[in-house]
Amino acid sequence: MWSIGPVAFTAPWLLLGLAALPVLWWLLRAVPPAPVRRLFPAVTLLMGLKDDESESDRTPWWLLLLRCLAVAAVIIGFAGPVLNPEETQGGAGPVLILTDASWASASDWRLRQGKIAALVDEAGRAGRPVAVAAVSDPPAGGVEFQSADAWSGRISGLTPAPWAMPATDPGEWIAGLQGGGFDTWWLSDGLARDGRAALLEILRARGTVRVFQSGSERLALRPPVFRDGVIVLEALRSESDGAREATLRAIGPDPAGVERVLAELPVAFGAGEKLATAELSVPAELRNRIRRFEIAGLRSAGAVALTDDALKRRKVGLLAARDDSEGAELLSPLHYLRRALEPTADTVEGTLDDILLSGPDVVVLADVAGLTALESDALEDWVSEGGLLLRFAGPRLAASDVSRAAEDPLMPVRLRAGGRSVGGAMSWGAPKRLRPFAEGTAFHGLDIPDDVTVTSQVMAQPDPSLSGRVIAALADGTPLVTGKTLGQGRVVLFHVAANAEWSTLPLSGLFVQMLERLAVSTRPTQPSAEELDGTTWAPERVLDGFGAERDAGTLPGVPGERLAEGGVGPDLRPGLYASGDRRVAVNVIGDDEMLAPAEWPAGLVVEGMAVQEEARLKGGFLTAALMLLLADIMATLALGGRLARTGRGGAAAALVLALALPGAGEAQQGSDARAVQATSETVLAYVQTGDAALDRISEAGLRGLSRTLTRRTAVEPADPIGVDLEEDELAFFPLLYWPVGAGQPRPSAEAYARLNAYLRTGGMILFDTRDANIAGVGSGSPNGRRLQALAAPLDIPPLEPVPGDHVLTRTFYLLQEFPGRYNGAVWVEAAPPDAARAEGMPFRDLNDGVTPVVIGGNDWAAAWAVDESGQPNFPVGRGFAGERQREFALRFGVNLVMHVLTGNYKSDQVHVPALLDRLGQ
Amino acid sequence: MSDPAAIPAAWLRQRAEAAASGLPPLLAEAEHLAATVILGEHGRRRAGLGDQFWQYRHAHAGDAYREIDWRRSGRADATFVREKEWQAAQSVLFWIDTARSMSFTSDADRPSKGARARLLGLAAAVLLNRGGERIGLMQDPEPPRHGEAQLIRVAAELAKEDSADYGIPAERAMPTGARAVLISDFLGDWAQVEGVLAHAADRGVKGVILQVLDPQEEAFPFDGRTIFQSMAGVLEFETLKAGELRNRYLERLAERKARLSMLADRTGWQYQCHHTGESAQAALLWLYGALEGVR
Repeated sequence: MWSIGPVAFTAPWLLLGLAALPVLWWLLRAVPPAPVRRLFPAVTLLMGLKDDESESDRTPWWLLLLRCLAVAAVIIGFAGPVLNPEETQGGAGPVLILTDASWASASDWRLRQGKIAALVDEAGRAGRPVAVAAVSDPPAGGVEFQSADAWSGRISGLTPAPWAMPATDPGEWIAGLQGGGFDTWWLSDGLARDGRAALLEILRARGTVRVFQSGSERLALRPPVFRDGVIVLEALRSESDGAREATLRAIGPDPAGVERVLAELPVAFGAGEKLATAELSVPAELRNRIRRFEIAGLRSAGAVALTDDALKRRKVGLLAARDDSEGAELLSPLHYLRRALEPTADTVEGTLDDILLSGPDVVVLADVAGLTALESDALEDWVSEGGLLLRFAGPRLAASDVSRAAEDPLMPVRLRAGGRSVGGAMSWGAPKRLRPFAEGTAFHGLDIPDDVTVTSQVMAQPDPSLSGRVIAALADGTPLVTGKTLGQGRVVLFHVAANAEWSTLPLSGLFVQMLERLAVSTRPTQPSAEELDGTTWAPERVLDGFGAERDAGTLPGVPGERLAEGGVGPDLRPGLYASGDRRVAVNVIGDDEMLAPAEWPAGLVVEGMAVQEEARLKGGFLTAALMLLLADIMATLALGGRLARTGRGGAAAALVLALALPGAGEAQQGSDARAVQATSETVLAYVQTGDAALDRISEAGLRGLSRTLTRRTAVEPADPIGVDLEEDELAFFPLLYWPVGAGQPRPSAEAYARLNAYLRTGGMILFDTRDANIAGVGSGSPNGRRLQALAAPLDIPPLEPVPGDHVLTRTFYLLQEFPGRYNGAVWVEAAPPDAARAEGMPFRDLNDGVTPVVIGGNDWAAAWAVDESGQPNFPVGRGFAGERQREFALRFGVNLVMHVLTGNYKSDQVHVPALLDRLGQ
Repeated sequence: MSDPAAIPAAWLRQRAEAAASGLPPLLAEAEHLAATVILGEHGRRRAGLGDQFWQYRHAHAGDAYREIDWRRSGRADATFVREKEWQAAQSVLFWIDTARSMSFTSDADRPSKGARARLLGLAAAVLLNRGGERIGLMQDPEPPRHGEAQLIRVAAELAKEDSADYGIPAERAMPTGARAVLISDFLGDWAQVEGVLAHAADRGVKGVILQVLDPQEEAFPFDGRTIFQSMAGVLEFETLKAGELRNRYLERLAERKARLSMLADRTGWQYQCHHTGESAQAALLWLYGALEGVR
């Protein structure tokens, strides 16, 4: 390549062509502009005149300049100019291109891929073998150095991982690389990391290392923490110079289930700070729906923090019996429940309707006995759909008839009347203690404090199903907590009251734990390592390196120990893990992680990431040449006076439009315009037979008929339209004239379907065999045979020759024959066989509606045909007798159109005497 | 009617006229134009040769015996002569140039010279027909006639196009004392035009010459290297600088007009130049007035 400044040429010798420009200049100057040919009748007056000067107008210098510039642009364009041609660096031997491919690289991954491609190209130009590897995903069996071509196609397949560097020693696979030395080009994500220094040492031992790193700082987001009623979000950054702002977004499904941004809040880093805190206070309803937080505008797994149960708070509806006594706070059945639930759940109180409307996870009925039938039905439906109904006993329930004789659907067991009291002033026994929770029940493993005693309880009616429903029992074996499933939900009954009157249970910590175990409230913190021991967590959704959530698919479950260990990697992908009804989020950034910029040892070259693109200028130059030539066309036209008539602006605009506008959309426009034209006025239509001469006659004929109609009647049709049966909509036309030619092709099945629909909905087709009916609409003539073939698939009723009292004989003119150029019989739909002439009527009472077809061979179009000036095109008969026949042909046309447009209106006059008669009475 | 949105009133009016008259559109247009001229009192409402009864008058010396109406005289003492109305209808012959040169128009919105010439000629024919004159075409061998049928014949004849480049008036035997109306651009061979006019003047035929020109032919707004062609392409003229020729062209045109005017003056004809850019009505008024004056 040969270059001038930043521009190089691939074919520089072509530039010699520029030397020919002066010759071109001289040639163009010598040749006069081409003459304009003009029609001009007064040329006779010019004959014999002589031009004053023999020399014609010279081409003006600016036009010459324009042309020379165009030619120069073509020459330079084909010489292949290249801006910023890429320079190569020295070096030999294989090259390892190493990329961090971590979550921190994801936000500018496109740039990195471009840089990798550029580096591979660079190595390829130098003929060096290349290998590309990612630190985050070390190739299991090592990599092989291959030619640059082999790698260039695989670069687009590289993706960043949602973790940084796996815990396994990165040096192992490098040690296994073949050959002695190789150079390393390392695309770093710019974050400090353990093991980076060790890796660098290994690489430097094998050859030189070049590091590429972009200057922009990295942002990350720590997992959200719910503290004191607000969500605390902490954003991190790698550099600490200057202040910086970012936007955090809370994302989750809206009430319709569509994922969207639920809340947005700014977060500001102060100068010198690497940590910024933001607090988000949102209603519980909204908070429960938040699925993730992210830093707006960053595509990186580090900028995403998934939420789990720690943020979710269950909604508990509390309902007590209506309480008339005021002020006795500590006696309220709900007081202890409220205190137990408030730290970990949201409570809703009100009527049962309100509670169910708010969509609670749990409904607690404390000593509620009397539910109306409507309420209990609603509650039962809600439980069956998966709700948890928690009931507490109490004086009212003990005194009521609920679940006495038969088991109430909303009670787990039947109750015995009364209940019992132990250890009170009037009883012998001591207060009962709790029996240890049996294995397999929900409460198994909870410690029972010594001070929990029960003095009163409601008693379950012993029956065969009772033992299976007991969740907890007293020391003497009487059930304390019973439960059953109802549909997909559960009903649980505490046989004691929710306040401290019947037992000390609500006063103890056990009460809270029991509620927790019943999943009434949620556990407030991350599960501890002991809790995780031996459990398996199935990934539900996982994050990729760009921070996008994906379905986990068939990824294997993760043991709880690994989860407790923390730190993401290929074996623990960031995402949402589930075990039972608990969910834990694993995020890329840990709770107390900080970001720091990478430190490279002195003497190592750290280069920027920017790729200076090679720009090929050939296209630009050739386009410029084309534009100059276009301008030359306009200028030449203007000089020759050819633009004078239409106005220069107009012609230029037309030319530009003609060049710029593609032809698309014209067909659609055309058919729309056609529909508008066909429907804004009455239009007669003819079937295009494919025979141009025949179509011209049809058009001229219908034009003549249209003019006659305009002159004589209130029907003023526009110019007729030819109809292509395959393409056009027929519904616009009242009448279709179909001349039959022997060579006419048969329409397609779809066209016949439309024709039949047209006939059924009131359209009329006038078939014309144009053969004077010599064969009597039979198979005797070629046109007749063709007509039979064409009309066979049509839905045509039985026909008869026009009877003398057919409405066609009197719709406008009184006619008895229907001549065209010939005068033969005409066939229409047959009258019904029972049509009879009423007494005193001139006509039979014929069929309603319009005959769908009129068939004849009288060549009507030719008789009607006129040219533009209104002169008839074809002779009819001889002399003035023929003109009379033409007049009758036109009258037939008028009658026919009137028949189509007015239907059996004239037939209806048959009934006039009867109507008058009735009016008279 | 290609554009359904623009159903102009003029279109309906034109068609309505056509419908009402039963004549082709050109004739209807001509009638329409003619309707703008109100016919004055007809000068021939006096005794003369004719078939219609006019009046009885007293016979006086010089009347031939056979002119006396004996039946009327028998009912009185005096003798009466039965006079008839003078019914000397004029024959007016039209020559309307339909050659190719007349089909020229410099603007699509402007009628061609031929269309304007036909319109003016036919409108004049309509007026004359209404005035009771016989009308005919020079190229038509049939004698001039009066009546609606003749109008239709004339209109049909005018619808034909002449394939010649420049029109030449047909040299036919004109009835003595007839009137003639020549409408053309008179850009063809001058000698032939002169010959026809001289022949007509010899026969005592008087009339009017209406020259119809396109505004572009008056202005010659051309420039640059140009090849001018006649409409049929028979004549060609090439110039390197059309703009330089403008003045000489205009001189020649003025000369052609002056010669026409002079020729008309010498033979007692009337001459007028009409441009298609102007109103047809003014030209018709002049044409009608000129014909009245000739009469």
